[in-house]
Amino acid sequence: MTLFMQLQGSLLASMRKLGAVVLFLGEILAQCPAAFTRPRLISAQVHNAGVLSLVIIMTSAFFVGMVIGLQGYDSLARLRQEDILGAGVALTLIKELGPVVTALLFAGRAGTALASEIGLMRATDQLAAMEVMAIDPIRRIVAPRFVGGAISVPLLTAVFNAIGILGAWFIGVYIMGVDGGAFWSQMQEYVDPSDIGEGVSKSIVFGIAASLIAVYEGYNCAPTAEGVGMATTRTVVTTSIAVLILDYMITAFLI
Amino acid sequence: MKAALAADNLIEISGLRFSRGSRLIFDGLELAIPRGSITAIMGPSGTGKTTLLRMFTGQLKPDAGSVLVAGQEVPRLSRSDLYALRRRMGMLFQNSALLTDFSVFENVAFPVRENTDLPERLLRNLVLTKLQSVGLRGAANLMPSELSGGMSRRVAMARAMVLDPELLLYDEPFSGLDPISLGVVLRLIRLNNDALGLTSIVVSHDVAEISHIADHCFVISEGKVIASGRPDELADSESELVRQFMTGAVDGPVPFHYPAPDYRQQLLGSS
Repeated sequence: MTLFMQLQGSLLASMRKLGAVVLFLGEILAQCPAAFTRPRLISAQVHNAGVLSLVIIMTSAFFVGMVIGLQGYDSLARLRQEDILGAGVALTLIKELGPVVTALLFAGRAGTALASEIGLMRATDQLAAMEVMAIDPIRRIVAPRFVGGAISVPLLTAVFNAIGILGAWFIGVYIMGVDGGAFWSQMQEYVDPSDIGEGVSKSIVFGIAASLIAVYEGYNCAPTAEGVGMATTRTVVTTSIAVLILDYMITAFLI
Repeated sequence: MKAALAADNLIEISGLRFSRGSRLIFDGLELAIPRGSITAIMGPSGTGKTTLLRMFTGQLKPDAGSVLVAGQEVPRLSRSDLYALRRRMGMLFQNSALLTDFSVFENVAFPVRENTDLPERLLRNLVLTKLQSVGLRGAANLMPSELSGGMSRRVAMARAMVLDPELLLYDEPFSGLDPISLGVVLRLIRLNNDALGLTSIVVSHDVAEISHIADHCFVISEGKVIASGRPDELADSESELVRQFMTGAVDGPVPFHYPAPDYRQQLLGSS
């Protein structure tokens, strides 16, 4: 009975939080037109969340691509199908790994930075000061960061995919001796625009989810050092779970 | 929402009730703040002085009662009307609340940039004028992390004044300041109030300091105003609690010891 009540309580709390996040998204979207009138605020956030994440995204992508290249070559060589390595790698990255791993890395690098930055502004009364100065913090602080993050994730995903494919090419063609022409032509043959569309859709949804969770956790954190720390942790945990659940839902919907 | 307000009062609070969880903060609080004066709101820690300031700015809404600021019922204002009212106010936060990524100049310019379309040249002159009035024109290019506590407080004061508000709210402006900085802040509060024709409300429990500049004081305790008047009148108050507060006596109606079980029994008894 106690376990059931605990489960019920935790489910109710999750539903309440989901509702609060959706309402918060509504508030942000209402302020987005105003945020778009000041593109410099958004481009600064694309720089913070996107450009500054490039190193970790590119490094991770190259190694992920090399691993897929190696594993793919090992599996395909057993079937004497090494030539379709390029297609396999591209489909894996574009449809699945690219959007998911980029979103998870974004949560760890940029999401935590967003949550702690906004949380610290809450803890040091900077957001309260803005409210008293008749400046809406959602319009001035939250909306540009949300939009900047949501724009960055699809762009970072594209970079991740490109570098990942390059990593797989390096292992497959340069090290393991797969024919270069076959690597690229098979990729061209088997990757449809719909596959790219699936990856792009996922990256857009993940970008919105990851940015929304980060700004929500930062904006609503307890105004203490511990509160900011917990908001940062929750950003990574919630984004990771949300991305994996959303990934399944989108895949099931599109297949 | 316009409502009747005595001509010489900028703020009128009546029947204010507010609680946080089960704890009652205000229980029928009443007070009126005259225009053009410096009013001190004092009281022991935790009596809700900062909460009261946040009622004036509409950051908190009361459970019941009226909060009239410049003839407008703050809790019932629409978002746009509330923001219009806030443009007529300035507030100095206890920790200054400067934007840490902006320089001193940009901090003071921030409310002007966000709320007006002032040309850059005029904006620059306006900000430099305000910084000059708090003695920090030379610190315009410093970052908040490079400022002392007193300097931060003065920059926040310049920022609060930059839109020429009618009402300036100070939340514990003296806490953590050395005697020189404290003297400077005291002087600036009086000077700004008189020179700019402001109405100033200072929340503080630094009795000696506030007594120098306040025209009128309210002492709040247990959710109500327990005394009001000029600082010298309060020092001679008949209320023991007010006298204890004004003289800083260790024991009195506010006891030194937090309520606890019998000391001897607790020491000798089993754990």
